[in-house]
Amino acid sequence: MRNPLTMTRWSPYAVGAGIGVLSWATFGLMDKALGASTTMVRAAGMIEGTIAPDHVRENAYFAKYLVGSPGVEWQFALVVFLAIGALLAAKLGRSTRQPTVPDVWRARFGPSRALRFAGAFVGGVVMIFGARMAGGCTSGHGVSGGLQLAVSSWTFFGAMFVSGVAAAGLIYGLGAMGARKGA
Amino acid sequence: MFDTPLFASPGVLALGALTGLIFGFLLQKGRVTRFDVIVGQFLLRDFTVLKVMLTAIVVGGTGVWAMHQLGWVSLHVKGAALLANGLGGAIFGVGMATLGYCPGTGVAAIGDGARDAWFGLLGMLFGAAVYAEAYPWLNERILKVGDLGKLTLADAAHVSPWWFVAALAGIAVTVFALLERWEHRRIA
Repeated sequence: MRNPLTMTRWSPYAVGAGIGVLSWATFGLMDKALGASTTMVRAAGMIEGTIAPDHVRENAYFAKYLVGSPGVEWQFALVVFLAIGALLAAKLGRSTRQPTVPDVWRARFGPSRALRFAGAFVGGVVMIFGARMAGGCTSGHGVSGGLQLAVSSWTFFGAMFVSGVAAAGLIYGLGAMGARKGA
Repeated sequence: MFDTPLFASPGVLALGALTGLIFGFLLQKGRVTRFDVIVGQFLLRDFTVLKVMLTAIVVGGTGVWAMHQLGWVSLHVKGAALLANGLGGAIFGVGMATLGYCPGTGVAAIGDGARDAWFGLLGMLFGAAVYAEAYPWLNERILKVGDLGKLTLADAAHVSPWWFVAALAGIAVTVFALLERWEHRRIA
């Protein structure tokens, strides 16, 4: 059998089970739940705080996460190491870098890298705004909240999925819906 | 940050880092650090995201609820505010379909070599700052509508959580079997 670490891709069921078991460890050993989007608030507040510390301290939302609690905490370290874990997995599996302008995007918006980067930026703004309004993202609500059977999380999950399908149909065209991979 | 050190204790940071390292490794091996896989889910042509998430929920839920019933772990249920959860989720879906990553997979995608994910990260930081400014207004008008507290589906239905875990497991196995058949036929 091949060494799993050097395989390019794992079964999605194996990956899902691995994330499930990782959740046992975060609940059981660390008294934490997997999440990611709160870190964006802490990071944004810390960056903004270097220029306008009083403004950040007086903002009720930043204050919830940054007054009386460290900015760089458990989830912050988790998010930084997400990139390192993915880098390690990509190197060990010798996986090829994805194209800067993905095919689905290119088919609709052309080969411009600047347009793709602008789209990614705007998408990021909208996504985190929604995550903070809902109180979590695909990790905090989707996985952690989903497994705890939280009403908040299943409401988020349903709304996110329906909206994402509708948005993808509008953005990439109905012709791209349900098409074969690579077709 | 304010009135406290900037960094949590080294032990806490080390545990967070180890968790992130494993999580990021898994996300890359599962290919959910790829634009095509995330957007492919919303275009209903690649069901990797659903397979990963449902499996994580069923496996994770089985262990976490078992440990909870033994009194080993406390839950971290987020409070339900139905308007904010639903509207926020809908806004999130639009952003995720445009960016092609979610917050966690977006950071992992940077490690996986995706250049656009750097701009996604900048957008997320900017979006968080925008949200902080909008928070007082939203808190008055939206965030408290449909507030049910830290409610679980099992609490709401007044049944054991194991009914829901078992139902989710049954749904997952059925959906996966149908998906595998459908995908096999599509390739053939």
